[in-house]
Amino acid sequence: MGLFSIFIGAALVNNYVLSRFLGICPFLGVSTKVATSLGMGIAVTFVMTLASIITHLVQVAVLENFGIEYLQTIAFILIIAALVQFVEMFLKKSSPSLYEALGVYLPLITTNCAVLGLAIINVTEGFGIIETIVNSLGAAIGFTIAIVLFAGIRERLETADVPEPLKGFPIALITAGLMSIAFLGFAGLAL
Amino acid sequence: MDSVLKAVATLGGLGLGFGLILAFASKVFHVEIDPKIIDVRNALPGANCGACGFPGCDALAKAIVNGEAAISACPVGGESTVVEISKIMGIEGHAGPKRVARVLCKGNYERTNKKYEYHGIMDCKASVMIQGGDKACPFGCLGNGSCVAICPFDAIHVVNGLAIVDEEKCTACEKCIKECPKGIIQLVPYQANVVVDCSNHLFGKEVKKDCKVGCIGCKICEKACAFDAVHVVDSLARIDYEKCTNCMVCAEKCPTKSITAMIEDRKKAYIISEKCIGCTICAQNCPVDCIAGEKEKVHVVDDRKCIGCSVCYEKCPVDAIEMR
Repeated sequence: MGLFSIFIGAALVNNYVLSRFLGICPFLGVSTKVATSLGMGIAVTFVMTLASIITHLVQVAVLENFGIEYLQTIAFILIIAALVQFVEMFLKKSSPSLYEALGVYLPLITTNCAVLGLAIINVTEGFGIIETIVNSLGAAIGFTIAIVLFAGIRERLETADVPEPLKGFPIALITAGLMSIAFLGFAGLAL
Repeated sequence: MDSVLKAVATLGGLGLGFGLILAFASKVFHVEIDPKIIDVRNALPGANCGACGFPGCDALAKAIVNGEAAISACPVGGESTVVEISKIMGIEGHAGPKRVARVLCKGNYERTNKKYEYHGIMDCKASVMIQGGDKACPFGCLGNGSCVAICPFDAIHVVNGLAIVDEEKCTACEKCIKECPKGIIQLVPYQANVVVDCSNHLFGKEVKKDCKVGCIGCKICEKACAFDAVHVVDSLARIDYEKCTNCMVCAEKCPTKSITAMIEDRKKAYIISEKCIGCTICAQNCPVDCIAGEKEKVHVVDDRKCIGCSVCYEKCPVDAIEMR
């Protein structure tokens, strides 16, 4: 499988939100405005790529080395939590403007299961370091595409004539379901 | 045993490693922040209720220090918070008169009829969907306690099908006002002793057949008010708290008693005879002509007629009048 098809596969065909149903919480929670959802998307891209590189290294160097792969989940959670903390401190010092832009989304990512899911999928697929990076970038960009599109629709829904009982979250969930069905169309891509 | 040791050692090692890195990073990447932000944050109530329009007390503290928000921006903290913040910031500021939320309805289960028995979930937004709720009055408090549930300060309680605000606990954060599906909760001044506790815009008979204490829009209060402070708009009396002197005449005259006033706490004017110079200003300004006395002689208040409006108290040039 070429790098390009890994990228497209992660971004569109097996979109982490709409096909694998990972990271639904921020997808619904932070998608009321396009600007904020874009911020979340960028933060996720940043953390996902870094986290998958480090988890890959730990997987190869530590877990497989000692034959304790069954500790994968707990070790990866530890890595992601620490990494997010570290990145937050680093950004606060070195790039306050980026820190301000990402704001509260950065610590929120600690609990984003898409990051953990991606790290585990990278391992089970048997990706090397280059493929891991490409796959993570693809997954993160796919997440960003999904959340920004969804936020755009929700912005319009604000002013739409929605039946009273469906206002707010119910219509958002229906929209998410329809988007998921729409993304199924990418399964037809010949990669 | 070996595998257990290995697992413990690896995870412990990873944890320790990350802990050390983070501890080290917190030193290296330490960022000094304005100590004023921390001080202002500590002065704020810390309820994170969002009534100021900022996402939480931290954001407001930052906005205050950066000059993006007034030092009186917190509606919950009241005067004491403003004083504390003004000390930190070195700016003078006032919180304005304290206000509290009030449920403008007196219709409990005895006073207001019911359309049907409601047995659904105890939430006003649910019950209002069934023919606008069980109360016969379309503007009445449903008493299912949505406001009680949302109040972060435990300041509202439902008694006999009617929500009542505890004025001492209320911080005017406006959460209940936004929550109430009937829209009958409003902010009123804490000092206001006279309030029209009704939200019914219907007229006369329409009100009376459903509720014993509803405002029928008869305008008796409007005519009785000597200060032009009560006005009936769309068949509902409303008091202009700026003009109201708490004289309670409207509450006395109200035929349905929909205006609430603590008449037993009403104050009366007393003239301190040693100070009175007999200028007659008080007598000229009294709206009920209860002050008698000749020019340059000590005046007397007829306390049967006095309504405690304190107009004379404010007009007296020598402070010879007391309200008690």
